[in-house]
Amino acid sequence: MDDVKVIEIKKSIFEDNDRDADNLRADLKRRGVFLLNLMSSPGSGKTTTLIQTINRIKDQVRVAVMEADIDSNVDAVKIREATGIPSIQLHTGGMCHLDAEMTRQGLDNVPLEDTDLVILENVGNLVCPAEFDTGAVKNAMILSVPEGHDKPLKYPLMFSICDVVVINKMDVLPYFDFDLEKCREYVRLRNPKAQVIPICAKTGEGVDAFAQWLLQEINNWKN
Amino acid sequence: MHELGIVFYIIRDVKKAAQENGVQKVSGVVMNIGEVSTIVPEYLTDCWRWAADKEDLLRGCALKCNIVPAVTYCEDCGAEYGTVQYGKVCPRCGSENTYLIRGNEVEIKEIEVPNN
Ligand SMILES: Nc1nc2c(ncn2[C@@H]2O[C@H](COP(=O)(O)OP(=O)(O)OP(=O)(O)O)[C@@H](O)[C@H]2O)c(=O)[nH]1
Ligand SMILES: [Mg+2]
Ligand SMILES: [Zn+2]
Repeated sequence: MDDVKVIEIKKSIFEDNDRDADNLRADLKRRGVFLLNLMSSPGSGKTTTLIQTINRIKDQVRVAVMEADIDSNVDAVKIREATGIPSIQLHTGGMCHLDAEMTRQGLDNVPLEDTDLVILENVGNLVCPAEFDTGAVKNAMILSVPEGHDKPLKYPLMFSICDVVVINKMDVLPYFDFDLEKCREYVRLRNPKAQVIPICAKTGEGVDAFAQWLLQEINNWKN
Repeated sequence: MHELGIVFYIIRDVKKAAQENGVQKVSGVVMNIGEVSTIVPEYLTDCWRWAADKEDLLRGCALKCNIVPAVTYCEDCGAEYGTVQYGKVCPRCGSENTYLIRGNEVEIKEIEVPNN
């Protein structure tokens, strides 16, 4: 007689999260709240880009920010000081990404009735955040010039799930062999629908285009 | 760190399955891990040991990884080829019009329960 019994499961570990994410999106749709998930490698310029973007749109839409960080709260404080909008810190408890359940818990601390747009700054990482749907309406990622134009080839999943790819730190282009046209081509290969928007978050150049994209998407979502 | 996060999802799903099946003790968990899933099986089993031993249900429970070879399909010529060896470009016709058909899975295949 066998001393073990085998129970077949055959279930992807992403399955429950995908369902939670769909439920969250449906809930946000009912409440008229747009959730943007912003991802990148550490230091690509997520916080700097958010500050520039929020200051351009905060008179038109009511914005709140959720900063996902493994431990610190410097980004949440920075956003609050530079834009005056509410910003909360989510601690991921050592996890390298946020999932839909953690996102929902974070949203419990946001006054959703008085909010049109919630921006989630995800953990700096190009792998895990791409695997876990947060329930966001749209996904954006930032690739900065020093990281190189071949990132879409190396992290295909991240680029394939993003609706927009922001290329940041265009001011340092002269010092790197970053090829913008090649980068566009590689993004297109992974994801023909993704928009590519070059910016310099330091000076604000190009940020208007990103802000316009965002306002348009919020408008589409609410109507 | 990536693998530790994944381990928490495995534990959650195994606990759920154990409950649904009225199981008090799980002695083995068999995973299907795709070759290009970005999971490193050795890290996964290390993280598993650390986290599983904190759970009564899973103390001493072994995690076994079946590696699923990654295969890419070419839409232009119909070829199926090894993703790890050739990547995005079809070795038969040179097309980039290709997609992954398997090798990305992180899946619980089955659990083993002691008979007593
Ligand atoms: N030269 C240049 N530096 C920039 C630009 N945007 C951001 N930086 C700098 O890059 C560094 C990181 O920027 P952050 O906005 O903190 O990046 P982040 O992605 O939020 O970083 P983490 O949250 O730590 O992952 C800071 O020193 C910024 O001043 C840019 O357009 N040009
Ligand atoms: Mg930041
Ligand atoms: Zn072919």
